[in-house]
Amino acid sequence: MLNVIWLIPLLPLCGFVINVVLGRRLGDPKSGLLAAAMCGAAFIVTLVTYFDLVSRPEEARQHVATIFSWIPVGGLSVDAAFLADPLSITMALFITGIGTLIHLYAVGYMHGDPKFSKFFVYLNLFAFSMLMLVLGENMLVTFLGWEGVGTCSYLLISFWHTRESAATAGKKAFVTNRVGDWGFMIAMFLAFQAVGSLSYSALNSAAMGGTLVRSTATAITMMLFLGACGKSAQLPLYIWLPDAMEGPTPVSALIHAATMVTAGVYLMVRVNPVIATAFTWAPAVIAIVGAATALFAATVAVAQTDIKKVLAYSTVSQLGFMFLAVGSGAYVAAIFHMVTHAFFKALLFLGSGSVIHGMHHEQDMRRMGALRKLMPITAGTFIIGWLAIAGVPPFAGFWSKDEILLAAWAHPTNPALFKVLWGVGLFTALLTAFYMTRQVIMVFFGKARWEDHSGDHGAHGDFKPHESPAIMLLPLVALSGLSIVGGVLNLPFTDSTKRLLHWLEPLVHFGEIEGHASAGEKWGLAVGTAALCLASMGVAIFVYQRNRAQAVEPQILADGWRYDRFVSWFMGHPGRQAFEATAWVDRNIVDGAVNGVATGVRRSGAVLRRTQSGFVRNYALLIGGGVVLMLAWFLLRAVGVFG
Amino acid sequence: MHLLLSPMQQTDKLISPSVNWGSLTPLLVLLGAGLVLLVGAALSARGWAKGLYATLTAAAAVAAGVLQFVLWNSTVHHGPKSLVGEALVVDGPSLFIGISICAALLLAALVTDDYLRREDIDSPEVYGLYLMAALGGLVMAASNDLIVLFLGLEVLSIALYVLAASHRKRIESQEAGLKYFILGGFSSAFFLYGVALVYGATGTTRLRGPESIKTALALTVETDKHRALLVVGVALLLVGLAFKVAAVPFHSWTPDVYQGAPTPVTGFMASAAKAAAFGALLRSVVLSMPELRDDWRPAIWVLAILTLVIGSTLAVVQTNVKRMLAYSSISHAGFILVGIEAAAHGGESGDRGIASVLFYVLTYAVLVSGTFAVSTLVGRSGDGAHGLDSYRGLGRQRPVLALALAVFLLAQAGVPLTSGFVAKFSVITAAADASSYAIAIIAMLAAVIGAFLYLRIIVSMFLEDGDAEGERVSIPFGTGAAIGISVAFTLVVGFFPGWLLELARDAATRLY
Repeated sequence: MLNVIWLIPLLPLCGFVINVVLGRRLGDPKSGLLAAAMCGAAFIVTLVTYFDLVSRPEEARQHVATIFSWIPVGGLSVDAAFLADPLSITMALFITGIGTLIHLYAVGYMHGDPKFSKFFVYLNLFAFSMLMLVLGENMLVTFLGWEGVGTCSYLLISFWHTRESAATAGKKAFVTNRVGDWGFMIAMFLAFQAVGSLSYSALNSAAMGGTLVRSTATAITMMLFLGACGKSAQLPLYIWLPDAMEGPTPVSALIHAATMVTAGVYLMVRVNPVIATAFTWAPAVIAIVGAATALFAATVAVAQTDIKKVLAYSTVSQLGFMFLAVGSGAYVAAIFHMVTHAFFKALLFLGSGSVIHGMHHEQDMRRMGALRKLMPITAGTFIIGWLAIAGVPPFAGFWSKDEILLAAWAHPTNPALFKVLWGVGLFTALLTAFYMTRQVIMVFFGKARWEDHSGDHGAHGDFKPHESPAIMLLPLVALSGLSIVGGVLNLPFTDSTKRLLHWLEPLVHFGEIEGHASAGEKWGLAVGTAALCLASMGVAIFVYQRNRAQAVEPQILADGWRYDRFVSWFMGHPGRQAFEATAWVDRNIVDGAVNGVATGVRRSGAVLRRTQSGFVRNYALLIGGGVVLMLAWFLLRAVGVFG
Repeated sequence: MHLLLSPMQQTDKLISPSVNWGSLTPLLVLLGAGLVLLVGAALSARGWAKGLYATLTAAAAVAAGVLQFVLWNSTVHHGPKSLVGEALVVDGPSLFIGISICAALLLAALVTDDYLRREDIDSPEVYGLYLMAALGGLVMAASNDLIVLFLGLEVLSIALYVLAASHRKRIESQEAGLKYFILGGFSSAFFLYGVALVYGATGTTRLRGPESIKTALALTVETDKHRALLVVGVALLLVGLAFKVAAVPFHSWTPDVYQGAPTPVTGFMASAAKAAAFGALLRSVVLSMPELRDDWRPAIWVLAILTLVIGSTLAVVQTNVKRMLAYSSISHAGFILVGIEAAAHGGESGDRGIASVLFYVLTYAVLVSGTFAVSTLVGRSGDGAHGLDSYRGLGRQRPVLALALAVFLLAQAGVPLTSGFVAKFSVITAAADASSYAIAIIAMLAAVIGAFLYLRIIVSMFLEDGDAEGERVSIPFGTGAAIGISVAFTLVVGFFPGWLLELARDAATRLY
């Protein structure tokens, strides 16, 4: 079965092609069901591959399927090849699994949209790219998927491009992602330079064999981390993710919560031997950035009023947790949290989509409330997602978050720094419990605040929130099941219940840092954290349900510490001015950069002659200047000034 | 001291060099077709049937291309050789560049036919000029003598000056022709002066082979006395060629001329002229003056960085698509200069640099021809609709055309699975291989900035709704074929670049 792993990305690609050609004819809902079926088929193939891998002895759980030699020239040989190993198959399992559920959900959610089939074209293309990313055997195949998911994300964010904000958000996503891509590219060339190959196995074995120079490993790590920051929305490149919520909600769930944004974490885990080889400050930087992002985004989430923005900032925050784990050398915990987070965050996003759907595209939580009676299934599943993310045992999020905090607490080499990071992580966990409780109360409990505004929705006739159709509820129920039991993947009680650890062991044993914590410490931390989270939820209930205290939601938090505004200002003023200045120089001294000439020409012949000769003179002057500089250099060389 | 005996000393018996006619056939085909076209059209009273000019030009392009393949084969078996008393050579790089120029000529001929009909211009001269320009380009790429190189340069340039001004109804076109002419003449003068100085210092204008500049430079004793003369000459040669490839700060003509010239001519300029000039740069400086590389390599380094940065940042602030593409072509020249810089290191990594330059030149020639072919169609009657607005809603109006342009733009941005990615990848690998890290990093940065420009056009096409009143873009057969060929090439090379990379490497090592 391992030889046909190329089937996994191929199936969504087929769905993409069929929908491109026949999508409009198939129409609503058949084209969506086809896309979902392709994704489901990919899931089944992945599952079979998984069982095949499990049945093998541990050292044989790695297989490379080469499709063709892509760039087979001399010193550089890159294959279009896929790698099946525990890590890539774990990723592929939850991408295709959750992907199928979200495809199904989208069939209901996008019902009636004029571009219904186009949506699934993009969605299948995304699934294909994401699978390329995780299954790639070398950095170039991954890079291909990396660019692909970026493009799809961009296309899907601006799917409703008639909204101005959606188009702007798409652009922002593109630009920030390019910064990250630059880091990825540099890392790729550094790796090629260092080991003469782009394949992960060559790079990792060079790191493990000690042939990779420490400084090179550090540079590769930092550059890949820059790439990861872009893709996984870490400080300072996170700004695109909250804006990305302009896209349809299934997109937010699939791309901006469960899969694409975790690509950076995946990449870090994939090259964990390189990180382990780098100077110790490199993983420390990763951990610090992760913890800072987690805290920052959580504080912002506390004051958001848009139902999806809360979840968006929460995603940024949870991704920060994952990077904290990576930086602490707890790669298994990072993957564990990635999987459980995919379960409950997809659930929460889909739940919010169901609410938005039922509320006729209302996203402001201040106009919601008391929806649990009208949308019982959505409410029930959302509450499960809430308990999971808030870290209430025995829900999935508790176990994975606990492991990350434990890894930070017990970090052996730099205890002082990592104790501080642990503190930041713990505080973030409390904030998470707080803002999620706030959200649940504002949406599903309390007083119904939507009737007051029914006049705003005159077009809909009598406005009454309603429960979503079955095809949307089914994925919610499935995901809530996973959010409850997701923890069994890696229970800390005995050695045999740490399934994920054993499964990923061969891949991470070089980089994984074993913490030193006694059993007592572990229990104390787990129980203490859970108790504090419950207390934090209690405070939120006290504030928002009972209204016993005034809610503190300063405007600066609602504005995301004004960071976004600062970036916009910077790009709009000094950044823009830099571009404008270059253009001005070019226009006035060099040439008519911004359409100066042609429009001038049309105005009149007399002006034409003047401007034209003037311009040509300027051009000639520039060339002359270039000649002088060139001659100066060569002559100074000739007389020996520059040796 | 004088390594080449001056002709004066042998007036008693003038020996004409042996001409290897067989190896000259590609040039002869282009020359012959051009003459037939001009003479034939002048003799027939009512002109030829529509489309015949273009067909003849395209056939000549294909024939010249095929003949170069045949020569390639013989080069593989018998090694590279020189012709006409070592004035020209037939070797790997010259044939590779020659084939690129022929490809550009073929695509330009296909597009121009429809263009001239649409614009209602009947002129066989345009095709004659195309053929002459291509001939000049081939000579430049194959020259082994600075004088011959200059000859090729002038044949190419003069033809292009007229071509740029060939849309008689558009004042912008004439303005472009005049500007190009004045500045081109200016830079040609520098080049010629450079040739004279180099001759003065070395006593020869021959580039490689026996009694050439290369051998003269190897005997440093001879040239040390005239070192200042020599390096000034090299500087001026670089200026002349940097102008042709549109490297900053010798780029200033590009936006105006690209914008004003008839769009198919712009495509031809960006592809064929650039290919020829890079071929000449390789041949005259990089391959013939390795001993002076410590002098000229830093100059190339600076040119490359300026070109990359200025080209890609100024592209961002443009609103006219032809101007955007002009700046993008400047930034592509920067990428090719990165490869040239790597080639300058010599040795194994130098070969890799040459191969990357050749690969880039060919793929870019096809890519940019295709891009300007689409732009020709979108320009609509009058060739004026080149604002970003004119691309609005193209995705809905003409989805296939918009998709083709998207492929070209993505390739220009360097997205994987397109030829543009492999091209960028190979120049940057070559630079990294030659330990030119700074330039490699700046090249990647430029790629990142540049992507924004291509994105803007794609967004306009697919995401913004078009103006309903705009004239519907029509897709005639010839242009459609040119676009189809370019898309196919771009994607095939993107998916399976191995064979072409191999070919480029092969060409780089088969030097005369």
